[in-house]
Amino acid sequence: MSDKVEKDEVSGTDTTGHEWDGIKELDTPMPRWWLWTMYGTIIWAIGYWIVMPAWPLISSHTAGFLGYSSRGSLEQELADATAAHAEDRNALVTMELSAVKNNSQLYQFALRGGKSAFAVNCSQCHGSGAQGAPGFPNLNDDDWLWGGDVDAIYETIKYGIRSDHDDTRIGEMPAFLTDEMLTKEQINDAAEYILSLSEKREDMAAVDRGQDVFMENCAACHGDKAKGGRDFGAPNLTDAIWFYGKDKDVILRTISRGRNNVMPAWVDRLDDATIRQLALYVHSLGGGE
Amino acid sequence: MIFIPKSFQNSSSTPEDNRNRRNLGMNLLWLAFTIIGVLLGVILSAKAVDPTMMLHGMVFSIAAVLSAFALIARNYRNINSPGLADVNGSVNYNTEIIKAGVIASTFWGVVGFSVGLLIALQLAFPVLNFDLPWTNFGRLRPLHTSAVIFAFGGNILIMTSFHVVQRTCRARLAGDVAPWFVFWGYQLFIVLAATGYVLGVTQSKEYAEPEWYVDIWLTLVWVVYLLVFLATIWKRQEKHIYVANWFFLAFIVTIAMLHIVNNLSVPVSFTGVKSYSLFAGVQSALTQWWYGHNAVGFFLTAGFLGIMYYFIPKRVNRPVYSYRLSIIHFWSLIFLYIWAGPHHLHYTALPDWAQTLGMTFSIMLWMPSWGGMINGLMTLSGAWDKLRTDPVVRFLVTSVAFYGMSTFEGPLMSIKAVNALSHYTDWTIGHVHSGALGWVAYISFGALYFLTPVVWKRKSLYSDALVNLHFWISTVGILLYITAMWVSGILQGLMWRAYDAFGFLEYSFSETVEAMHPFYAIRAGGGALFLIGALIMVYNLWRTVRGDVRAKEAGSLVPNMEFAGAR
Repeated sequence: MSDKVEKDEVSGTDTTGHEWDGIKELDTPMPRWWLWTMYGTIIWAIGYWIVMPAWPLISSHTAGFLGYSSRGSLEQELADATAAHAEDRNALVTMELSAVKNNSQLYQFALRGGKSAFAVNCSQCHGSGAQGAPGFPNLNDDDWLWGGDVDAIYETIKYGIRSDHDDTRIGEMPAFLTDEMLTKEQINDAAEYILSLSEKREDMAAVDRGQDVFMENCAACHGDKAKGGRDFGAPNLTDAIWFYGKDKDVILRTISRGRNNVMPAWVDRLDDATIRQLALYVHSLGGGE
Repeated sequence: MIFIPKSFQNSSSTPEDNRNRRNLGMNLLWLAFTIIGVLLGVILSAKAVDPTMMLHGMVFSIAAVLSAFALIARNYRNINSPGLADVNGSVNYNTEIIKAGVIASTFWGVVGFSVGLLIALQLAFPVLNFDLPWTNFGRLRPLHTSAVIFAFGGNILIMTSFHVVQRTCRARLAGDVAPWFVFWGYQLFIVLAATGYVLGVTQSKEYAEPEWYVDIWLTLVWVVYLLVFLATIWKRQEKHIYVANWFFLAFIVTIAMLHIVNNLSVPVSFTGVKSYSLFAGVQSALTQWWYGHNAVGFFLTAGFLGIMYYFIPKRVNRPVYSYRLSIIHFWSLIFLYIWAGPHHLHYTALPDWAQTLGMTFSIMLWMPSWGGMINGLMTLSGAWDKLRTDPVVRFLVTSVAFYGMSTFEGPLMSIKAVNALSHYTDWTIGHVHSGALGWVAYISFGALYFLTPVVWKRKSLYSDALVNLHFWISTVGILLYITAMWVSGILQGLMWRAYDAFGFLEYSFSETVEAMHPFYAIRAGGGALFLIGALIMVYNLWRTVRGDVRAKEAGSLVPNMEFAGAR
């Protein structure tokens, strides 16, 4: 330990006289710019405390002269955004949906709003390009389970399918094996028949037996020609578009255990103008009727 | 006359005898602890209500059994050793513990960087999650953060603080077994935490993921660490306490406080891993970020400033620039840092007043942070040429530059208007890594390159050219990493808030994720370079330990200044 103050040759500054393991310290004053900048930030902070909510008190806090609150500022922003759209939204909810197309400015507004709402609310299941996924229909094609005109789409979005809403669209694909309505063999035959409607099958005997099974159990919803039925949301089974997949295993699973996917009712989550925007947007994707 | 055993009569025993006898007593006490540890582990394992506790009980008992054997072997070995007393008037420093620290921190560094690279690749190429629970991003991410912060950074801090406190107090590290308990106890903490993460055990608090029983173990280790450090300061032969030790002490004490409060919880069962936090809702969030931000402030800032304050003046052989600055910036730093946590919760359910305080204290923290940078950089005045001649100095100085940049960026991001853009984006990740890679890792690399020749008593490193190569490869890596994250983060923030002409949101979330992809790939590239640099360091340090000198560089290597005085 040395307690001897020395002059450092390089800087011309005195040392403090301390030394640890060969390390000494200079007695350089604190840089002025550093000190003044620190004072500046402290003064700025005090100013900020005066105008903004800052210090906790016993049951509240200092409110600040600007009267700012993040809750209030959010409410204001939302109100401003709503006001900016008010005119178009009012027009949208009072007009026939099929007539919106004739008002080019309003239609553009609806499509943009629909695209944005779709990205936030629908793309999770239907995909960001509305291309769908197994169990979630593609919305770009013209194969519609419940109807493809804009009013039908609007109703589907509003009340959902098999949702918890009273006005929901309902249709049930029964579980024929689980509920012991058909045997495994019958189900296999029905699947062979269904596949034979869109491709060539080998086991024609099974296809024939399957046709009988189909007529007795399936035709009520899917129709005698298996072209589907929109009253029950029953898919067309003769085309190349498959809701859950075209493999026989998937079809066997569908018949055996049923399929009852849910599309939520949006009426309680989105306002009417937004649902209308969504309906117009989905309708515009290419398959709208 | 009452019979007093001769060995208990102070008059006839030398201080040396006294010390050895006390060590024997202490060793028996430690041995008793290990037996308790074995029993505790066996009970936990046998009564475990879940498989992870069964495994961790076993790991704990095995560790305790190994410790018991090590203690017994150590006691026999020590009978004829000269003891811990000073040799010929110079202090008999404990260098074995430093060697262990060099090895452990280098090992964990490579582990942590590798897992970091893997999860960076997982973000760019999700197929690398392998669809297995143990390898998905959610479990490996805390493995990465804990491995780099606590395993690598923590071992570096324990090792350098043990070295610095001995040297600057001119006293051997206090305790005989205690420092080793700290070292091995800390490794056990890392193993329990890491295996827990992979098996899905977490209390879901960022940087405080380990469950209650691992937290209790760490608390125990940490208290002994504090005692060893304090006892060494207590018996110092220097009048004043060196500034590096203030920072180390602030780090150890504050981390203990943060760790205990944030981890207060009630276990569902004393033989199960699951617990519930004492805090809920916004209180839980505030406590968590009070912890989280000060883990950055006291673990990654104060602790590493302690490293800087020793290794920079030591390596460049110049006095510390300003004693007064060190006092003011130390006290202002530790006073202000503790308030800044709420800036992690801007625009959340946290009350506005708390957000204001978090933001304003972060702004006031700017200059106190920069005080360390000024003292680090200005200490080089008169020795700037060493930046050219000594690649280790290059690491140390660059680390301080990154420190200055990160501690400016931090207050900037705490401003609510900036935070509205940066929060939840990759900008935050970039900010963290300019601090973690640039500051924390670089000052650590500098310390490792400095210490390895010192504690193994080598004339120099194996190669300075490899240090230089490490420096440039990893610097390019860091720059790729942080620039990719800046661009990606700001792009992400702007896309989230983009509106079209009608005032509707322009992008879906998945579109913003898609836009990140190229930057994620660049970031992984930067991480790969950083890892390659670290592997070069491992090779260089290993050859140094072996006593090799690269033939091409013989004679031109920067000499180990302490070698001449090597005992």
